[in-house]
Formats: sequence, C-alpha cells, structure tokens
Amino acid sequence: MTYIPISPRERDAMLAAIGVQTLDELFEAVPAKHRFPALNLPPALTEMEALAELSHIAEANEHVRGELVSFLGAGMYNHYIPSVIDHMLRRGEFYTAYTPYQPEISQGTLQGIFEYQSLITTLTGMELSNASHYDGATATAEAVNLAFAQFRGKRKKVVVSPTVHPQYRAVLRTYTQGMELEVAGDDPNVDLNSSPADLAGLIDDGTMLVVVQYPDFFGRVYDYTKLIETAHARGALVCVVANPTALALFKTPGAMGADIVVGEGQPLGIPMWYGGPSLGFFATRKSFVHKMAGRLVGETVDARGQRSYVLTLTAREQHIKRERATSNICTNQGLLALASAIYMSVLGKSGMRQVAELCYHKAHYAAEQLSRIEGMGLCFSEPYFHEFALCVNRPVEEVNAHLLDHGILGGYDLGQDYPALKDHMLIAVTEMNSKEEIDALVEILAEVSHD
Amino acid sequence: MTNAPVTPKIVEPTLFDLSSPGRIGVTFPKPDVPLADLPTDLLREDLPLPELAEVDVVRHYMHLSKFNYSVDSGFYPLGSCTMKYNPKINEDTCRLPGFLFTHPLQPIETVQGNLALMYQMQEWLKEISGFAGITLQPAAGAHGEFTGVLMMRAYHKARGDHKRTKMLIPDAAHGTNPASVGMLGMSVVTIPSDARGNVDLEKLKAACDDTVVGMMLTNPNTLGLFDEHIEEVIKLVKDCGGLMYGDGANLNALLGIVRPGDLGFDLMHFNLHKTFAVPHGGGGPGSGPVGVSQRLLDFLPEPLVGILEEGDGDELAPLFGFVSPPRTIGRMKAFHGHFGGGLVRAYTYIAMHGPDGLKDIAQYAVLNANYLLARLRDTYKVPFDRICMHEFVAEGRFEGSDVRALDIAKRLMDYDFHPPTNYFPLIVHEALMIEPTETENKDTLDAFADALIKIAEEAKSQPELLHEAPHITPFGRMDEVKAARELVLCCWLPENYSE
Repeated sequence: MTYIPISPRERDAMLAAIGVQTLDELFEAVPAKHRFPALNLPPALTEMEALAELSHIAEANEHVRGELVSFLGAGMYNHYIPSVIDHMLRRGEFYTAYTPYQPEISQGTLQGIFEYQSLITTLTGMELSNASHYDGATATAEAVNLAFAQFRGKRKKVVVSPTVHPQYRAVLRTYTQGMELEVAGDDPNVDLNSSPADLAGLIDDGTMLVVVQYPDFFGRVYDYTKLIETAHARGALVCVVANPTALALFKTPGAMGADIVVGEGQPLGIPMWYGGPSLGFFATRKSFVHKMAGRLVGETVDARGQRSYVLTLTAREQHIKRERATSNICTNQGLLALASAIYMSVLGKSGMRQVAELCYHKAHYAAEQLSRIEGMGLCFSEPYFHEFALCVNRPVEEVNAHLLDHGILGGYDLGQDYPALKDHMLIAVTEMNSKEEIDALVEILAEVSHD
Repeated sequence: MTNAPVTPKIVEPTLFDLSSPGRIGVTFPKPDVPLADLPTDLLREDLPLPELAEVDVVRHYMHLSKFNYSVDSGFYPLGSCTMKYNPKINEDTCRLPGFLFTHPLQPIETVQGNLALMYQMQEWLKEISGFAGITLQPAAGAHGEFTGVLMMRAYHKARGDHKRTKMLIPDAAHGTNPASVGMLGMSVVTIPSDARGNVDLEKLKAACDDTVVGMMLTNPNTLGLFDEHIEEVIKLVKDCGGLMYGDGANLNALLGIVRPGDLGFDLMHFNLHKTFAVPHGGGGPGSGPVGVSQRLLDFLPEPLVGILEEGDGDELAPLFGFVSPPRTIGRMKAFHGHFGGGLVRAYTYIAMHGPDGLKDIAQYAVLNANYLLARLRDTYKVPFDRICMHEFVAEGRFEGSDVRALDIAKRLMDYDFHPPTNYFPLIVHEALMIEPTETENKDTLDAFADALIKIAEEAKSQPELLHEAPHITPFGRMDEVKAARELVLCCWLPENYSE
C-alpha cells in the first residue's frame, strides 16, 4: 500500500526538472557502503490485510468492555466516555493540524486549548493552567522543575509523600537525577497509617517543594490545608497530585492553598489505551507562570478587532531559551486536552458531579460488603473516594488469578510497592461497575476466604 | 492616541459564554446501591463548570474546527515537522476495543496482543534504524531526547568517567537539544556549520576532548542537508570518548536509505508522529521511542518488553512480558508509553509499507523537496544550495525590500497554503523552511511554487499586501504583545451567571 500520489510520468518530469536521471542519484551524499540497506521486514500489507492483522492482535487481549469486569485502578480508570467526544476528535481539522504556530489559521486549536485551560483552572480551584503535559507522572516531575527554577537551585530538598503513586515517584527520581536533590519522605517502609501532618516534620528551610496526592494512592481524602500552611511558613511550595473525577466532589487543592496542582487527565473522557497516550494537567498560581513549563494560550485581539487566541509567553520555551529553558517540552497532548475539554463541557456541572458521586457510593457499597468477609478488612479508616486498600490475607496474585477465572480483573497488588501491605489489594470502583458486578466480586472473594 | 478599551468582536463564544443554568449534556444511571454518607467537611462548595446540551457542544466544536488549517484540508509544508497525510485506517486500528479498553496494569497473560505488538515494534524499529535496543516509553521527541541524554550521562558515570560535562550541539540544532541538556545541568558547546551546511570539522576537532559527553546531531540537519563528512564527524566524537546522539526528527529522509546505527550513531530518538504518520493532533500526543547501540543497552529505561518464555515457533506462542535492564536510568513516564495513539498507528503504517514502501517514502519525500527547490531557487535565495534531503531552507527577503519572512508566511495563507516554518534554523536570515513530504502530488507542489513566485512579485509591486496579510482568512494578525502583557489565560462563568 502506498499513499504517494505521484505517477511514474510525473516522477520523471520532476527528476528532469531537478536535473537527475533517477531517484537514487539524490542520495549521493550518503556513504556508499551503507546506502540502501536491505531491510528485513515483512512484505507490505493492503488495508484489508492490515485491518485483519491488527484485529487479530487486538483480539488476543482481554478487555474491560468485553470479557472482563474491572476493579483495577491505581492511576487509570474505566469511566464511561460519551460518544460525542470521539465524533469531534475524528474531525481532520483537529487531529491533522499541528501546534498552532500560525494563529490566523489555528483558532480552532487555540480556542480549544484556552477553554481546556479554563476548565482545568475551575476544576482545580487554581489561577491558571498550561496546555498539558505527557501524563500525570511527568506533570509531577515538572512541578519539581518549577520549584527548582523558582528557588534558582538554592533549595535542594523535595518532600514526597510515600502515598504518591509509586510510578510518579519513580519518574520524579528519574527526571531529577542531574539536580543533586535530597528527596525526603519517599520511603515505602514508613507507617502508612501516619497522617499528612507527619510529613510536616520533614519540611525545613532548605525545602523547595512538598508533593502529596489527593486522594492519595490508597484512595484516602485528606484536607491538606494545615500541611500547606506549615510548608508556606518555611517558604516551601506545595504540589498536590489530584484525581480530576474526585475534584468534582471534594474541596479543591486551590482552596487548601496549594501552589501547584497536577494530575492524570485520563479519567476525563480518555480511553485507558493500555496506559496512553493520555494527558497530564498542570495548574498553578499567577506568580509562578514564568517558571512553568509547557505551552500556554492567551486571549488577545486580531487586526480586525476580533477576540482571538495565541500561544503566549513563548520566551520561556526551549526554541527561544535553548539550554536555559526550564524544560525541554515541545509537544503537549493537544488532541487529548481537547477530548477532556469536550468531556467536561458535555458532562458539565451536573454530569461531573454525578459521576463522582456514583463512584463514591459504589466504592463505599463495595467496601462495606467486602469488609464483612471473614478474614478480610479495610486497611485504613479515613474517608476515601473510589479506591480503598483491602486486606485479603493471602497472596494477591493468587486471589487475582481466581478472580480472573471468573472474568474479574482484581485490584492492584500493593505489596509490590509497600512491604507492609503484603496481601493487600487496591480496589477501584467507578460508575461502570453495577451492583451485580460488585456482588459477584464479594461472592467470589468470600469463596476465596474459605479455601 | 488614546488606549480606550474596545470590546472585541466575538466570533465564536467560549463554552463558558454559551452556558445556561440547568442545561444538561449527559446523564448517568441512578445509583443502584444504597447511598453512603458524604464527608461534608471535605466537599467543595460549588462547581462552576459550563452547563450545555450535547448539540450546543457539537455546534461549538464544529465551528472551532472550521477555523483550523490541517493536512486533511491542504498543503502543510511546515519544515522539520513532517506534516504528511495521516492514513484513515490507522484511526480505526488504534480504536479497536482490545486496544482502547485494556488497563496498563492488567496481568500480562490477558494482554499478550498488546505486548506482542510492542515487542514487534521494538524489533521493527531496530531493523529500520540499525540499533541494538529500543525503548518505546518516551512520549514525544523532546522526551526521547531527555531519555537519551540521561542514558549518555549514566554511561559515563558507570565507567567512573566523571569529568564529562560538555555536550556538542551544532548551531543548526532544534532548541529541544540544548534544553534537554540544560535539564541535567550539563553545558552546551555550539559547533558552527561550514559553507556547505556541514558540521565545521575544524571547529569540531578543536572542541573534542575528554570532557565531552557526546554530540547531538540532526542528520539530515535542519537545513535539509545530509552531512557530507558524517563518518568523520562521528569518528571525531567517538575518538575523544564521546557518544553520538542522532535527533531523529528528519528520519523520513532516511527510511531504507541508510540506517543511523550503521553510520555509528550510539542512540537516536524516533518521532512516530512525523516519520510514521501518527497524526499531530494540534500539538500532540507524539511518541518518541529511542534506539541505542550495544554499549547503551543496559541503561535503557524500564520496563522493556521481552520474551519471558519462548514459544515453539508453531502452535505455542511465546509469553511476552516486562523486563528491566540491569543499570536502567529508571522510568520516564507512568505505564508503557504512548501505546494506543502512538504505537498502534505506527505499527499499522509500517506493516502496510514493508521494506520497499518505506524506501519509497524517503525517496519521494526527497524528490518533492528537490523539485520545489528547483522551482524556487531562481526567485528565493537558498544560502546552502545543493541537493537537499526532505526539506530545504530559503531566505524570505528580497534585495531593497522591507518584506520579511513573516509577511511571506502570512500572505501564503491567502493562497490557501499553510506557511513553511519561519525563523528557523537560526543560521539562515529570515528563514523559510520548506518540507513538502512524500504525500503531495505534482499539481500541489506547482501551485505552491506558483504562489511563492507570485508573492515575490507582489513583494516588489504591492508590499503592503504582504505586510497586512492575511486578508481572506477568518482571522487577521494577532496582537501578541497584548496577549503577553495582559496574560488572560482562562475564562469563567459570568459573575451574574445564576441570576
């Protein structure tokens, strides 16, 4: 299959205009001994064959809208995605455009991002948002970059709660390995029953940033206001890693005084897609805008007096500042930012709240039923949103294998990251889980407990 | 002159402007479980999101879509961005339910399709590039670069070679190269280009010493030129103990033409959204896998996809799963990279091209660029004029005229073309960087060349036509100073909204 729209006759006319005889002559600058390697790849497929092959590969998976019922979350969630979103995303005008460098012919993308920024700002309770990052983990790492730039590298300590997503903590460590930072608090062996107030003891005058998660990795919802006050008293900034679905229901990190709010945008109408692409949102306060990475769209007027939008404060970015840029960010997650904006607008005030409440009630029903099983129990007593840690009193792998036999995708094995939580699983419940499915989970786990 | 604020004309209201109390877009089923108590002291006070019906939302986004220029609507010769046609079948394959609805933490036994695809993708990218190992994790080109620089740093550190802190970067390089280096506190040494647009070998020689981490080279470079001394450049860097990094932004010109690994590059990032037709999405998501040579294999990010149990080559399929390289730099993002929107589309594209099809892509991309160059070189000055690869850079200025590259770019919109990249690379005055890609026909290229030649005439006869362009687009030039000064970055519901 080819997508090249040039006939042999046209090709020959073009070669003649260039002044060469063959296509191969165009490549004489390439060292002859390495020129035109024979590639050992399978022969080309037609569209019909490619669709069949890809369908075959996709069917080798079991998925959560097919044979599996999911209670797995831990950073990606099975939510309902209204049909209208993909209909809009499939507009070639959106998905086959590039970064809006030419605003006169890119107002669709620019206004779309401006509205995304507005929706994220509203949801997080912050003052501004950028055009998005790769995912929640990299957005979290970029918060460290912001803080590092804000203190011009003079403060070197980052306090990270051990209940921030384990992969986010890993990415933060990868990103910052050239900064010679002290990362404190990120210890999976600490007492996980401790409250956020205990992190306060780690904050000192050398601390640039405190990172907490909301709800935390175990689903617990804390009011971080006091912790944030303590951090601010020491001059440190606070980044809250938030779940956007929860933000439709719970107090905003902005209201708690957070300096930066980041998170994974996948729950906002983006398919799980085996982990990506999704988007990372990043919201902050006006005073930090010059230290923030990522693209920003601002409102302006055009030469005809029409309200319009442009990429702004580009002087912060890599193509101008080069090695002095805060970050090397070039692309954002444009199309997925658009997806999440469509999600937030079509659900709106009532739909967003409805989804959050459905998740809350169903998770609490599940937790209530599961904790009645003999030998099982909830690990923590704090308020939680749509995830909770359940003690299953036997290897999670074993329990999950049993669940899988019944078509149920069980919870995340917490023992992988937290030695103290061996035999505990993190169960996620969303609006997609019916009471029947929850009852089936309870029934099968009850069987397991009697084995 | 007074600066009395004038209320701007609103062409398309925002979602917030359109909102009306009580309108509903989507409803969800009533709870089928008993209601739990909500923790009242932890709840938010209000949620001032827009309230819209589905049709309001559809009309709004349809209106917005009409304001966008896109590859589907016309020629988009944005240099260095490889704005090729995005085949429609890829949109279908990446949305197959088995891909869309799999969770990244599912047991590997339930996602053997995904893992097989990722494994195959690693193998194919190795074969196409000549590298020994591939990570699919990086989310975009710049992310891949950062991954690469982290591996270069780790490599020297593991050898106890601590004095290497200098990265060599040609003056023609993308800004992401030095920015990636800056993120790790290394210093950048800029290497100038010579008169033929190659790396200046003498200057490079002088910069090569035992403090060099390596060199980041885009080849073909951002002038669209294949370095005529590529082997000498690589040898100089390697002889001083440095590693050779390739910026794969311009890989479209090399498919089936030459493998960077064979030339001696140690690592390179791919841009699946350029070379392998993953759509650009209005600025993302991209996908930026990185290939490495043998000596960097141990440092790749974790996890990679590997074979955990061999198959028998017949009935019994191998068991694919995740493996960690022994001295990994760590994890670059959550989960496994841009699987669905990136890898599945690119996989479909490679599978449909095969070895000959890939070579055709490069050959026709280079043919189209050279054809445009041949049509334009008498009208526009091309400072580094020799056979180019997939793109070339002309000067957007004329003797005795105050017309600039920006004016030419804006005027092109009146002819219904997307402008080329302008003001990059920095080493060409008033640069117009033109990359036609292989998916444009001769008629389009001729029409574009005719328009640019006509614009050159207009620059002489009616320069104001260019200064004030564009004229027939829905929007005129933007006041960028106002945007940066006032910094209005979001909107809200009106203050009297609920009344």
